[in-house]
Amino acid sequence: MTTDVLKKVPVREQDAKRRAANFEEVCLGYDKEEAMCEATRCINCKNAQCIKGCPVAINIPGFIEKVKEGDIAAAYQVISESSALPAVCGRVCPQESQCEGKCIRGIKGEPISIGKLERFVADWARENDIKPEGAKEKKGKKVAVIGSGPAGLTCAGDLAKMGYEVTIFEALHEPGGVLVYGIPEFRLPKEAVVAKEIENVKSLGVKIETNVVIGKSVTIDELMEEEGFDAVFIGSGAGLPKFMGIPGEQALGVFSANEYLTRSNLMKAFDENSNTPIMRGKKVAVVGGGNVAMDAARTALRLGAEVHIVYRRSEEELPARVEEVHHAKEEGIIFDLLTNPTEILADENGWVSGIKCVRMELGEPDASGRRRPVVIEGSEFTMEVDTVIMSLGTSPNPLISSTTKGLEVNKYKCIVAEEDFGATTKEGVFAGGDAVTGAATVILAMGAGKAAAKGIDRYLTEK
Amino acid sequence: MYRITKAEKLAENIYLMDVEAKRVAKACEPGQFVIVRMDEAGERIPLTICDYDREKGTVTIVFQVVGAATELMRHLKTGDAFHDFVGPLGCPSELIHEEKEALKKKRILFVAGGLGTAPVYPQVKWLHEQGIAADVIVGAKTKDLLIMEKEMGAVAGNLYVTTDDGSYGRSGMVTKVIEDLIESEGKQYDLCVAIGPMIMMKFVCLTTKKYDLPTVVSMNPIMVDGTGMCGACRLTVDGEVKFACVDGPEFDGHKVDFDQAMKRQQMYKTKEGRDFLRAKEGDTHHGGCGNCAS
Repeated sequence: MTTDVLKKVPVREQDAKRRAANFEEVCLGYDKEEAMCEATRCINCKNAQCIKGCPVAINIPGFIEKVKEGDIAAAYQVISESSALPAVCGRVCPQESQCEGKCIRGIKGEPISIGKLERFVADWARENDIKPEGAKEKKGKKVAVIGSGPAGLTCAGDLAKMGYEVTIFEALHEPGGVLVYGIPEFRLPKEAVVAKEIENVKSLGVKIETNVVIGKSVTIDELMEEEGFDAVFIGSGAGLPKFMGIPGEQALGVFSANEYLTRSNLMKAFDENSNTPIMRGKKVAVVGGGNVAMDAARTALRLGAEVHIVYRRSEEELPARVEEVHHAKEEGIIFDLLTNPTEILADENGWVSGIKCVRMELGEPDASGRRRPVVIEGSEFTMEVDTVIMSLGTSPNPLISSTTKGLEVNKYKCIVAEEDFGATTKEGVFAGGDAVTGAATVILAMGAGKAAAKGIDRYLTEK
Repeated sequence: MYRITKAEKLAENIYLMDVEAKRVAKACEPGQFVIVRMDEAGERIPLTICDYDREKGTVTIVFQVVGAATELMRHLKTGDAFHDFVGPLGCPSELIHEEKEALKKKRILFVAGGLGTAPVYPQVKWLHEQGIAADVIVGAKTKDLLIMEKEMGAVAGNLYVTTDDGSYGRSGMVTKVIEDLIESEGKQYDLCVAIGPMIMMKFVCLTTKKYDLPTVVSMNPIMVDGTGMCGACRLTVDGEVKFACVDGPEFDGHKVDFDQAMKRQQMYKTKEGRDFLRAKEGDTHHGGCGNCAS
């Protein structure tokens, strides 16, 4: 295999037409030859910028060096020092704005395909049954981790490696958090990838108790006072879905993206044999432009619908990853940009029959720095649809903050936690991920889980 | 796994089970609910808590067979287990947060319809334990569908049983009993708590409104996660969107948009489900099928 040093070794993908009708993974990943070839493009910078771009600071040139040599097991151990979920991150991290965005190769030509290399290494380790290395010595102290999403799994994994006795409490019946209920199968296979990564965390000695809603089944104060936990990490995730507050939003056939995706991903409603139903619309409008909107749209498409993304700004401002937008377009999602819904229309039985929208144009930049969309007078029109999926972000869940004494929240009701070590205003309690920042990415949550693990270790060592 | 320590048929299609769930039994209060899953492929089914034993670590649930999942569930026996049993979810009844002396002065009327008798029971029992006797109306379609009469009688002040067809107790709907008690039998109340099918709660609220009697209802909309994440259970209360799972399940009944809530409940009703309901309920059909206007 020869390569143009300026270009990434292309990655194989499932054909767009074919995949639009199935839930199998879109990206097929590198094989060993392709990975080793891509690895040779890395110039092994002394002052590696890519590491600075990674929220969990993986020794990227270090693991790529091992791939270059063909020693994939060694590459996996290098990644495992920093990340508990490499097979997940290789798939869902926004590498273009993190590691790959800083890659020196990217100045002239394309950056190293770090995400695809990470994915290859993690998949290879899984197929060859290589596990991360556990703690040599026990610390004899107990830590409770709330939530088994990316923040919780990372924090738990790191603490277990340091020798702490860790129990994760998960509210749902299955561990994984957003990796299981939010991100669809075709982007992140549940059995083959997520379940295996969770197995790896468990193999470090982490216990997972499902069906426990902290704040309801048991409080943080009870965990610390009655169940003997020396410290707690809160990684409970984003929270309650937002709606637009426009007329007709309670009509039958209007869903939050969270509900739609949870039915399909966690409850497997996409499978005809599942006991949990999902609305199989003919024409679906997904309102919003983030990664979750893309996930909902591509799920609806695979369930047989014509799907429109309705977004009030232009393509440039779409918050979703470029790769997701690109895949969605390839599969046939229609983008109605600079379009904003004003009302949802229902038929005589209360079912959605259409969505009233106005056209927008971009004005001056607003507080977020993005150009503010302004309504074009007289541009109102109606789009006929039978399903509307609202993907507008979330607001924090009050279950934990309202039941924990001394835990401060900010004006947005997010838990206040200090950035470097995740300490909250309550002694022994740390927090990170969406519960602190509001809805963000898997890798940022992992970074926060990692920081908090350091914070907890420091706290318990000094205590 | 959550072991079933008792399984009992209460009436046609209505079953009671005691389930071992230590955390839930320790933490739950009247007014809250649980979500159960029978097996790995099961739906998440929300059920109100009917009773609990903190020492034994068990929680009592009562359910009615209304579709495929509950049809399977009714075959579970003592010694079998639920795959998942999570809770307690939702907010406890406001009664338990009230100042005890103020509460003792309150004249409270509970109105339970059909399966709603189960979630009313722990509230009446809790009041009884505080030395407060509340009046209770229990309504059923017919004598055979009446549940927990003896248990309720033991904790209620006055118990008024009524059947739609007059086969037992008083005759007629629960709303008629409310009117009779207040208008002809000299009763006065400061608070009404109504739990039952949405259509019943709607009409109880219309009735109590006439008497300016504050009324609390417990809503049971479609849910998925039950922790506030999905928004499936949203309803409009006093013009605002509320999530039944985290803001409720109890709300001011005079402010709930029942017509919208009943429509939303039909969202996933299948043709099979509607046929099943029609066959089961026949002439005594109470709404909720997705076909009729109510």
